[in-house]
Order: sequence, then structure tokens, then C-alpha cells
Amino acid sequence: MAAAAAGPGPGDSPEGPDAEAPERRRKAHGMLKLYYGLSEGEAAGRAPGSDPLDPTDLNGAHFDPEVYLDKLRRECPLAQLMDSETDMVRQIRALDSDMQTLVYENYNKFISATDTIRKMKNDFRKMEDEMDRLAANMAVITDFSARISATLQDRHERITKLAGVHALLRKLQFLFELPSRLTKCVELGAYGQAVRYQGRAQAVLQQYQHLPSFRAIQDDCQVITAHLAQQLRQRFREGGSGAPEQAECVELLLALGEPAEELCEEFLAHARGRLEAELRSLEAELGPSPPAPDVLEFTDRGGSGFVGGLCQVAAAYQELFAAQGPAGAEKLAAFARELGGCYFALVERRLAQEQGGSDNSLLVRALDRFHRRLRAPGALLAVAGLADAATEIVERVARERLGHHLQGLRAAFLGCLTDVRQALAAPRLAGKEGPGLAELLANVASSILSHIKASLAAVHLFTAKEVSFSNKPYFRGEFCSQGVREGLIVGFIRSLCQTAQSFCDSPGEKGGATPPALLLLLSRLCLDYETATISYILTLTDEQFLVQDQSPVTPVSTLCAEARETARRLLTHYVKVQGLVISQMLRKSVETRDWLSTLEPRNVRAVMKRVVEDTTAIDVQVGLLYEEGVRKAQSSDSSKRTFSVYSSSRQQGRYAPSYTPSAPMDTNLLSNIQKLFSERIDVFSPVEFNKVSVLTGIIKISLKTLLECVRLRTFGRFGLQQVQVDCHFLQLYLWRFVADEELVHLLLDEVVASAALRCPDPVPMEPSVVEVICERG
Amino acid sequence: MSSSTKWVKSGTSVPAPQTRACWPPATVRLAGSAALEGKGQLRFTSGRWSPHHNCTQVATANDTAVRGWDTRSMSQIYCMENAHGQLVRDLDFNPNKQYYLASCGDDCKVKFWDTRNVTQPVAALEEHSHWVWNVRYNHSHDQLVLTGSSDSRVILSNMVSISSEPFGHLVDDEDLSDQEERRPEDKSQEPPQDGVIATYEEHEDSVYAVDWSSADPWLFASLSYDGRLVINRVPRALKYHILL
Repeated sequence: MAAAAAGPGPGDSPEGPDAEAPERRRKAHGMLKLYYGLSEGEAAGRAPGSDPLDPTDLNGAHFDPEVYLDKLRRECPLAQLMDSETDMVRQIRALDSDMQTLVYENYNKFISATDTIRKMKNDFRKMEDEMDRLAANMAVITDFSARISATLQDRHERITKLAGVHALLRKLQFLFELPSRLTKCVELGAYGQAVRYQGRAQAVLQQYQHLPSFRAIQDDCQVITAHLAQQLRQRFREGGSGAPEQAECVELLLALGEPAEELCEEFLAHARGRLEAELRSLEAELGPSPPAPDVLEFTDRGGSGFVGGLCQVAAAYQELFAAQGPAGAEKLAAFARELGGCYFALVERRLAQEQGGSDNSLLVRALDRFHRRLRAPGALLAVAGLADAATEIVERVARERLGHHLQGLRAAFLGCLTDVRQALAAPRLAGKEGPGLAELLANVASSILSHIKASLAAVHLFTAKEVSFSNKPYFRGEFCSQGVREGLIVGFIRSLCQTAQSFCDSPGEKGGATPPALLLLLSRLCLDYETATISYILTLTDEQFLVQDQSPVTPVSTLCAEARETARRLLTHYVKVQGLVISQMLRKSVETRDWLSTLEPRNVRAVMKRVVEDTTAIDVQVGLLYEEGVRKAQSSDSSKRTFSVYSSSRQQGRYAPSYTPSAPMDTNLLSNIQKLFSERIDVFSPVEFNKVSVLTGIIKISLKTLLECVRLRTFGRFGLQQVQVDCHFLQLYLWRFVADEELVHLLLDEVVASAALRCPDPVPMEPSVVEVICERG
Repeated sequence: MSSSTKWVKSGTSVPAPQTRACWPPATVRLAGSAALEGKGQLRFTSGRWSPHHNCTQVATANDTAVRGWDTRSMSQIYCMENAHGQLVRDLDFNPNKQYYLASCGDDCKVKFWDTRNVTQPVAALEEHSHWVWNVRYNHSHDQLVLTGSSDSRVILSNMVSISSEPFGHLVDDEDLSDQEERRPEDKSQEPPQDGVIATYEEHEDSVYAVDWSSADPWLFASLSYDGRLVINRVPRALKYHILL
């Protein structure tokens, strides 16, 4: 817009000279604008091909008003010219106002600058005067000083000389008085002072030895010094004084020039005596006669007494005999090692006495103090390896504690088992229900868990943050993973499994040493461990003891597999044991009866009722701990199943030989073919973890025994009928316990069939009569 | 002279007669008798002559114990109390090794005993799941042991470690040609292990008797309740392994 701004309107020429002033101002304004960065608008307008040399450029350096106005007049229409005139006027006004603003703003600053300059001028004038006066004074002073020094010159020399003589005389006096002074000091016991005097005089005496007077003094002094040294030595040897005094003696002796090695040895010998006395007193505490103090107190005493003493000795030694170099340091290290060894032996003995308790807190604190004490005083003890030895002792103690805790856990588990056995064996009071198996199981599980948690908490003290040795690599790594996790927890779980398994392996032939309920309980415990508890315990352990090293740890799955295996073995053993009990009953019942001459059966034999009762009891017992399990769907008339002789699932001709002895081969063939289609019974198929499977196993064993026993006897007609009645009775009641009732039917059919084969006169009873007898009995 | 024993059951503690039958079977007379002392109903359930001691030793099974008798004095030599939990069903002597015998019983186990130390069995097999009715050593190769049980199985086991040839067939060095010298090294690297060789499940019902053929040492037969007689062989690989 500025570039297209037209000049003033039609009245052009009278405004020519007027136009120059605003144009000048415009130029200035343009410069200001450029300076202040307001030139974007103009730049935009000027951008296309703006030429700095353009005479028509309002803001250019070569602006020529005539050319510009000519151009405007030629090119622009009237309206545009009017517009550009108004525009330019406006701009002129703006520029004016800008300039005024600038002046007003900076007005104050100009005024103050003027004032300041005026003041400076005044001050400088005053200063000039004073500088002149100063120069005059200095000249006067210089003059006076020169006069004074000239006057006093020679006096000054004399005084210096006299002062020197005076100092010399004082020294000589000191020397002459030295022997008497030394003697007095020795008498008074101010050995330090004496040695100092001696030191001061030594060099001078040495230099002026050739002068007889000095010689005499020196001899006297030497005698006295020898005497002093002797006294010091005596004091040192007596050793009754404490370490700092001893150190002082040694220092003085060294200053007197005694041979340092001897002093080393003596110093160490004295220190040894003192420290050994400390050790002896500590040892006295270990003895049985006085009541043994707290292990904490013991380590405190040991720490402060012995270790403190040792540190003092070490520090003093290093200070005194620093000049000895490595040989001296070696002596000290050997000394420290030896005594440290004795101390550690005592500490270990004392700690060994502590192994019995189950509370770790006191022990940990004592160990902490012990360790801290030996860690503090730096380089010497590090060289002697005492700190490492201390760490080793602590590690050993920690390991022993872990072993102790493991024993404790094992004992607790065995105690639980004993309690359970007692509870099971306790005679039931009339009217009072004994503790159920589920309750006993819960008790055992919770008590073991609480023991484990207690042990973990006790052992955790070893890794607490405040304890000084918890940062050692052993405690951070191996202790947590190998010691606690593997040794304590995994070890305990494994020993639990092994103890449980030992109930299986114990010679069960001796008879029920283990109550079967215990076997059941243990198997359920191991199963619970496998499903939940092991992972819970290990998670707890891992949380509390963050394992930081890479040593291999037993994975949870291995332990769970072991627990499951143990549970399975226990359950199998339980099945065997219970099966054995029932089998014995059945066997005795078959073997002791005279089957050939028995009477017609009127009722079911008592032993069968016993068998059913026992089976029911076992069912209840197992049901307390295990879930029901899956059963094959039963047909609706299972309890009313008619006896196999007349059932539709068998061939009619099975018992034909009793009526038509001419076709024995057919029936055998038929029965074999029957057997091909029925499943073979696996008597000891693996037992699942549910009630139905357990009961099935027990019943299978018992019925198989019955079968084998029946096959060894010979039956009369009524014997066979009695067997028939018994089997029907069993079938009525046992089917509900097993997974697949066909199993019971099959086995019982086999029993009756075998009995029939062993009978010379097989006449089976009518099924209705059989049912009546069973229902009655 | 072949000998066979008849086993007789007796229900009381009256001296149980034992009979011996020998060729020629002209006369059968009572040669000696022994009494079984003790409480309760003691019985002889099974008996076997020892093949080693010139027909002077007999072993009998009495309920749960196994006893050995000397027929010259009719006194008891050794007794293994409580050999099997419930009942001992059968015994057999090792034909090649003195003092070794095997017993089987109702605890489903087969136990091997050294009669010089009767407190503990030398080995035990627990492969069956019900009563074991028979145990038989192979007549010539005593590492092969056959057992039959009422779980309808016949199991052939290899008891090498307690047999008379625990390290396999040892041959003198001079007898070997150069080619064969290499073989003992192969064999010594893999000593044969104890274990089950094979399980025969052809029977559908309890197996009550098993025995080895006296004609061919590699054949055996088994008999089950359903009247089935099954004749089997020792697997060929094992047979050659034992022979060579």
C-alpha cells in the first residue's frame, strides 16, 4: 500500500517543498520501522522485484521525489491518487506521533544523565585538591625518615649483636642446667618433658663434643638419659598401665633412639599379655560353674574388651612403628591373626552352646554385634583376614541354625503324627463324637504350616536390613537359595514325603502297626500339598528371601510330582490294607466251614453282614476326606437284579450240566465265549483320588479272595445254596459303593459259578426264596 | 532217581506224615515223620526237595513260614518266619546254586532267600497284582524265573544278579579266536539287568500252575482255571544272549 501510495492530489506543485519535509520524515520513519522490524508489510508490497536503487521506492536510499511523483501522476487514476494522498497524510501523522512518544519516554533519562555528569565533574575537582596535598606530605615524611635512620645506624648494630649474645647465653644456660633439669624431670615423672629437652639439646651437644665443658654435660646427660630409658622400659614392662600410656612410653623410647625392633617385640608381647588376659576372662564365662550369661552380653564383652583392645594396640603400633615398613606390619598382622584365632575359637564355642534354642533374634543380634565390631577398624584387620574369618563364623552359625530348624520342623511333623495316632486310637466315649478325620487333617496341615512360617520368620532375621552381615554375598545369595529354600523348605517337604512313604514300606505283614485312617489322612495331606500348599509355601519363601544368585533350585513341579506320588502310594497301601482286613474275614469264613455237611440255608451268614458293615464304615471314613468320584450310570432295577442264573445276560444253558451232564463241553465253550466279551477285571488297577475308586479297589480285592477260596473247597448242595444266598446279599449292598456295578455282578457270578463247579450235586435255590432270605436277614 | 513230594494238609498239631515215593513204586512206606510244634492250626501247605544235598533236605511251607528239614534227623534246619504276609503258596530251589530258594505267596510277592541268612530276602519281585500261586526256576539257566498268579498273568523274570552266572557266560581267553576276543568287551560293557522279560496275558482267569519243560529248557507251559493250557517260549534274543 505504501508502494502504491500516490503523491499528494491534484494540487501537486505547491506541495512540492512541503512534500519534502514529510518525505524526509517518512524516510526516517522507514528506517525506524526497519530497525524495529515493522517492515513486513512493506516487504510484502515491495517483494516482487523491489530494487534498492529504485528512485520511486519510498523507503529506498535513492528516493527521488520528482521521479516518484511523475510516476504516480502518469500511472495512477484519480481515485487512487486521492487514496494515496490520504494515506500519506495519515502516515505522516503517525510518524509525528511516534517521534513525540519516543522523546517523552526518554526525556527523563536524558535529564538524569545530565545530572550525573554534573556531579561527577564536581567530585573530580575536589579529589584533585587532595591529591596535591598528599604529595606534599609524602615528601616531608621521606625527608624525616632518612634523617632518623642515619642517626640510629650504629646503635642498631650494637643492639643486634647484644640480642644474639643474649640468645646464645640462654641456650648455654639451658645446656648447663640440662642434667639437673633432667634429673628433676625424671624424679617428678615428667618423662615427656625430659625427652623433649633431651631431643632439643642432642644436636648441639653432638656438634660441640670436642669442647671439654660440653663433653661433660653430654656425659651427664647420657647417664641420666640412660637412667630415664631404663625407667621407661621398666614402666613399659610392668604393663600395668593402659595402652595409651604404653604407647606414650614407646614413643618416648623411640624418641630417645632405642632400637625400634626390640621395642616392637616388647610392645607386642605386652599387648599379647593384656589381650590374653581378656580372652581368659571370656573363657571363664564359658565354663559351667557361673550361670552362663546371655550370648549378647558375651559378644558385647568380647567385642568391646578384646576387639577394642586389639584395635587400640593396632592403631598405636601403626602410629609408633610406621617407620618399620612392611616387616613391622607383617609382625603385627601375625600377632593379630594369632590372637584373633583364639578369640574366634572362644566365640565359636560360645555360639555352639546356643544351638539348642529356637529363638533366633538374640543370636542374630549377638552375631551382628560381633561382626560389626570386626568390620569397623579398617586396614589392619582386613590384612589379617579377621573380618573374613568373622564372616565365616557367622555363615557357619547360620548354616547350623538352618539345620536346627529343619530338625525342628521334622520333629514337629512327627509330633503331629503321634497326636493323630493317639486321637485315632483313643477310645470313643459314649455319646461323644471323637475328632473327625477332616478335623484332624485340618489340624495337622495348619500346625505344619504354622511351624514352617515360624521357622521362616526366625530365619529371616538373618537377612534383615539392619544386620551388618546381611549384605555379604553368602547371605544374599547362597543362604537364601541353597540354605533356606533348598535346605530348609525343600528338605522338609521331601522328608515329609519320605516319612509318609515309610508308612507304606514298613513291613505291613506284621499286621496293622499303622492305623489305616492314618494312611488315608497322610495321603490326603500329600494330595493337598501337591495341589496347593507346596506352591504357596515356596511363593512365601521366595517373597521373603529374594534369591539373587543363579544356583539351581528345585522347581515347584518336581516337588508336586513327588507329593502326588507319595499320596498315590499311600492310598494304594490303604486300599491294600483295608482289602486285606476284609479278605481275611472272608477267607476264614470259607476255610473254616464244613461245606459238605451244612444244612439248608435259612439266613445270610453273619460274616457277610460284617463285611457289608465294614465296607460301609470304610466308605464313611474315606468319604470324610475324599470326594465322591464318578460312577457309571446305573440301570433302574439294579438293586432288584435277579440272580444271574436266570438273568437274560447269560445263556440259559450255563447250568445245564446240572440237569444234562451230557454236554459239558458246550457250557465251557459258552462260558469262555462269555468271558471274552466281558472285560477282564484288573484287580489292582491304579487307584484314583476319589472315594468310589478306593472302595472299588477294596471290594475287588475282597471278592477276588472270596473267589479263590471258594475254588479250593468242595461244596455240598446246601453249601452251594448258602454261597448263593451270601452272594446275593452281597450284591444287594455292595453295588452302591463301586464305580461300575457290573464289576460286582461279574465277580459274584464267578463266585457262584466256581462254587457250582466244585459241587457234585449242584441244585441252585429258587431266586424268590433267595430274595426272601436276604430281605429277612 | 527222581523224587516227588506229595503235599498233605493237616489240621491239627499231630505229627504230619510225609510220604516219599521212589522208583520202583513197589512199596510205599513211611520213612520218617516230624512234628510241627506251635499254637493254633498249623499246616503244611507245600513242600520241596532240595536238589543239592543228596536228598537229605526238604523245605516246607507252613502258612506264613518256610522251614527246612533234615530228613536224617527229622529236625528243623532253618525257618523263615513271616516270609509272606498271609500264606506261602509255593517254593522252589535254585538248581544251580546251593542254599538259594524262591518262595511266593499271598502278598503278591516272590521272594528269594539265602538259607544261610534267613532274616532278610536276597531279592523280592512285586510284579503281580494278586496271589502268586507258582514259582519255578528254569532247570538249567537259573536266572529265568517263571511265576503264575491269580491275576491271570504269567511273568517271566530275569534274576541275573542272584543267579549262578551273574556276569553272563564267561569264556577262557585261550579258547577264543582273534575275532571272538572282541566280544567279551562288548558283553562286559552291558551286564544283564534284573527285571521282567515278558508278561504273558493269554489267560482269562487265574493261572494256577506253571512249569518248565524238561525236554527243552526254553519252553514252558501254564494252566488256568478256565481249562486253558498255554505253551510259550523264552524270547529268542534273550536265549541267544544267554547261550553266547
